Amino acid sequence: MLYREAGQFKATYAEDSQIFPIRQDKIGIVLILAVAFVGIPLMSVAGFLSDYSFTAILTPFLIFSLAALGLNILTGYAGQLSLGTAAFMAVGAFASYNFMLRIEGMPILVAFILGGLCAAAVGIVFGLPSLRIRGFYLAAATLATQFFIVWCLTKVGWFTNYSSSGVITAQKIEMLGYTFDTAFSKYLFVLSVVCAMALLAKNMVRTNIGRSWMAIRDMDMAAEVIGFRPMRTKLMAFAVSSFYCGVAGALFAYAYLGTVEPEGFNLDLSFRILFMVIIGGVGSILGSFFGSAFIVLLPIFLNVLIHFLESSAGINLPSGISSSIELMVFGALIIFFLIVEPHGLARLWQIGKEKLRLWPFPH
Amino acid sequence: MSEGRQIGEVILDLKNISLRFGGVKALTDISFDVREHEIRAIIGPNGAGKSSMLNVINGVYRPQEGDIVFRGQHHRDMDTYEAAKAGIARTFQNIALFKGMTVLDNIMTGRNLKMKSNFLLDALYWGPAQREEIEHRKKVEEIIDFLEIQHIRKTPVGRLPYGLQKRVELGRALAAEPSILLLDEPMAGMNVEEKQDMCRFILDVNDQFGTTIVLIEHDMGVVMDISDRVVVLDYGKKIADGTPDAVRANQDVIDAYLGVAH
Amino acid sequence: MQFFLEVLLGGLLSGVMYALVALGYVLIYKASGVFNFAQGAMVFFAALTTAGLVDAGLSLWLAAPLTMVAMVALGLLTEKIVLRPLVAQHEITLFMATIGLTFFVEGLAQAIWGANVRSLDLGIEDVPLEWLLENANIAISQFDLVASGIAAALVTMLAIFFSKTKIGRALRAVADDHQAALSIGIPLQHIWGIVWGVAGFVALVAGLLWGSRNGVQFALTFVALKALPVLILGGFTSVPGAIVGGLIIGASEKLAEVYLGPLVGGGIEGWFPYVLALLFLLVRPEGLFGEKIIRRI
Repeated sequence: MLYREAGQFKATYAEDSQIFPIRQDKIGIVLILAVAFVGIPLMSVAGFLSDYSFTAILTPFLIFSLAALGLNILTGYAGQLSLGTAAFMAVGAFASYNFMLRIEGMPILVAFILGGLCAAAVGIVFGLPSLRIRGFYLAAATLATQFFIVWCLTKVGWFTNYSSSGVITAQKIEMLGYTFDTAFSKYLFVLSVVCAMALLAKNMVRTNIGRSWMAIRDMDMAAEVIGFRPMRTKLMAFAVSSFYCGVAGALFAYAYLGTVEPEGFNLDLSFRILFMVIIGGVGSILGSFFGSAFIVLLPIFLNVLIHFLESSAGINLPSGISSSIELMVFGALIIFFLIVEPHGLARLWQIGKEKLRLWPFPH
Repeated sequence: MSEGRQIGEVILDLKNISLRFGGVKALTDISFDVREHEIRAIIGPNGAGKSSMLNVINGVYRPQEGDIVFRGQHHRDMDTYEAAKAGIARTFQNIALFKGMTVLDNIMTGRNLKMKSNFLLDALYWGPAQREEIEHRKKVEEIIDFLEIQHIRKTPVGRLPYGLQKRVELGRALAAEPSILLLDEPMAGMNVEEKQDMCRFILDVNDQFGTTIVLIEHDMGVVMDISDRVVVLDYGKKIADGTPDAVRANQDVIDAYLGVAH
Repeated sequence: MQFFLEVLLGGLLSGVMYALVALGYVLIYKASGVFNFAQGAMVFFAALTTAGLVDAGLSLWLAAPLTMVAMVALGLLTEKIVLRPLVAQHEITLFMATIGLTFFVEGLAQAIWGANVRSLDLGIEDVPLEWLLENANIAISQFDLVASGIAAALVTMLAIFFSKTKIGRALRAVADDHQAALSIGIPLQHIWGIVWGVAGFVALVAGLLWGSRNGVQFALTFVALKALPVLILGGFTSVPGAIVGGLIIGASEKLAEVYLGPLVGGGIEGWFPYVLALLFLLVRPEGLFGEKIIRRI
C-alpha cells in the first residue's frame, strides 16, 4: 500500500528523467545513504559494530561493488565479456602505489585517479582485439591480459619498488592532515568514493554514452548504421570499465588489505567479480552492489553454517571442506541464476517492486 | 498521393554498381537514381539483390565496381558513419532494434549524431549535458507522438509485438531527421490494419518533412499506390525502371514475377 | 642444435597433450555449440578421482573404468541439468554457465577427495629414452613419448569414429544444423549424451597423462586452460586444428621460455601462449582451420 506512484505526475522531461522518479524510491535511497554515512558510524561509535564488520564485510563489500560495477559497464552494458578484471585492478593498485612513492606530496585521491587512468590505458590496449573478435574468443583473449599483467608486475621489480617478495605495503591514506587509519575511517573513505563513482556510472548509462554501449551490445550493425562508431564505443567501454576496476584495485590495496602482491590479483579474483555481475544482474548498477554483497556474505554464512552443523551434529568435517563447498555453491548458484533469472538479483528486486505496487491486489 | 510536395533534383545517383561475394554476383551493373522528396521503390523476387542495394547505399557493403553520386559528390563506395552523418537513415528487413533498451532509449539513439556533449559531462549530468539530453528528449517525444506509441515509451522493445517493433524502428530512423530514409520491407509480416498505419506514416513523413524515401516492399498493391517511381531487380540485374504504371505493363517484369515457359 | 631439437621435441610432445585437452572442447562445441569451459575441471576431476581410488587401494585397471563411469554420469547430468534448460540461449550465457560448472566440478572433486596433492603412477617411467640419448644425444622423456603416442592413437580413433561410423555421421549432421538433423530423425538428446560421454573419456585420458606427469593437483586446471589458446589457433570446431594448434603452442612456449625467457626474467610460459593466440586472432580471427576446412573431416 505504501509503495504506490499514483498521484505523482511529471510535468517536465527533466522530472521524468531523474534517477529515482518515484517518491518512495527517493526516500528509500536517502534512508540507505543516511544509514551508511550516519547510522553505521553511530553504531560503531556506540560499540555495536566491531572492527571485524568493517574489515571483513563492509569495506570489501564496497570495494568489490566498485569492481563489479566496472566489469558490469564492460560486460553488462557494452556486451564485451572479460576474464581479466583482476589484472586491471592490479594496474590501478600498483600504479597508485608508484605515484605515491615517487612523487613527493602526491595527494592520495589524485594518485587513485592517475592509477585508474593507467588501468584505463591498459584497458584500451587489451581492448583492441574486441574490434575483431567477440564472445568467448574475446573472453579467451582477455586471459592474456590476466596472465601477462600479473607476470609483468611480478617480474619487473620497479613496479614493486624492488621488494624481494613482490609484496608492497600501501602508504597511509591522508587527506587534509587527517589520516584514515582505523577500520571505520577507511570504510567512510571507501564509501564516499564508491557512492560518487556509482552516481557517475548511473549518469553515463542513462545518457548518450551508455546508449552507445547498449546499442553495440544489442545489435552492433544497426548501431553502426545510425552513427555510433564501434571502435570508439568499445574502447571507451574498456577504458571506463578499466578505470573503475583500477580505482577499485587501488582501494583494495590501500583501504582493505594494506599489503598486496601481484599474485593477489589472480584469475580467481577475476572470476569472483564476474560472478558478482552475473548473480547481481548483468547490465544493472544496483545489481553490482547486490552481487558483491552476496559473494562477500556467502562464504561467511557457509562457514557459520558448517561450524553449526559440526557442533550440533557432533561430526568433524575434514578441514578445507568449506572452501570446496564454497566453490560448489558458487558454481551451482551461477548456473541456477543463468537458468532461472538471467538478470540476477536486480531483476528479482524489480519484480518485487512491481508486485509491491499492486499489493494487496493481485493485478 | 500527397499534393504539397515538389519532386526535386536527383539527390542520389547510382552508376553501374556491381557487387560480388566471392564468386556469387549479388548485383550486376545496376544504375538508377533517386530524386529529392520522391518515394522510390525497389521491387523484385526473393534474392533479387534488393537489400544488397540498400546496403550499398549506406555503406554496409562495398561494391567492387560503380560510382555513387550523393549530393553531387562522387564516392567509390559509402562509409556507414559518413552516410549516417550525411543524413541517410534506414530500417532493416529483420528488425534490428536494441532489444534490451526501452522504446524511448532506442529512439534516442537515433539522435546520437546530433549530440555534442562528451562523456565526462554526461557522467556529471551537469549543465549542458542535462540540457542537451532534455532537448533531444523533446524531439524524440514528437516522434513518439507522430507514430502513436506514447503508451509503450518505457517498455523494453524486446517485449513488444512485431508490428510495434517495426514502428519503433521507423521512429529510430526518423530521430536522425534524415534527408534520405531507406526502408527495407517496412510492412513485411503485418496484418492489413498495421499495413495501413505504416503506409500512412510513410506518406506523412514524405509529405510533412519532405524526406526522400527508398523503399523495398513485396506488397505490390502498396508499392503501386504510394511510390513515385519503381525500379525492378531480378537476379541482381535491373530489368525495369519507371512509374508504377509503366513497370506494371513491362513484359520483363511480368515474366520475372510469373515465370516464363522456356 | 641438439639442445634446440631437444627443446623443440619436448615442446611438441607436451603440445600433443595440450591437443588432447583441446579435443574435449572441440567435441562438445562441434556437436552442441557450447564452449564448455568446464572441460579443464573435468580433466582435474578425472585425475583426482582415479588417483583417489588408487590411493584407496584399487588397482589402476579398476580405478580408471570406475572413473570413466563417473565421468559419463557427470557429462550426462551436465547435459540434462545445465545445458538443456539453457538451449537456444545466447552462446555467452552458455559459456558463463560452464564457468559456473567449472567451479562446481572443481569444488566437488575436492570435497570428495580433499585438496591435497596426489601422485598417480601409470607405470611409465619419466626418464630419457636411452636409444635416442646414445645415438643422437637428445634427451627425450620416455613418458612424453608414450603419452603422445596414446594421445595420437586417441585422436586417430576419434577421427575414424567421426568419419566412418553412423553415430559419427549423425554427430556431424547435428553439428551442422540442429533443426535439420532433428527433422531427418536424428535423436538429438541421445547424440548429445554420447558426445558428453566421449568428452568425459577424453578428459579421463588427459587427466591420467597430465596427472601422472605433473602430480594430481589444482594446478592441473591451469594446464587445461592452456587449451584455450590452442583452440584460438586451431579454430574451435576443427579436430586437426586442435592438434596443429596444440603442437604450435607446445613448441613455441617451450622455445620462448628457453630462448626468450632469460632475457625478461623467465616464467613467460604462463602467458606466452595467450599473447601468441591474441596476436594471431588479430590477423586471422577464424583460426588456422576456420569453418570451411572442418567440413571435410
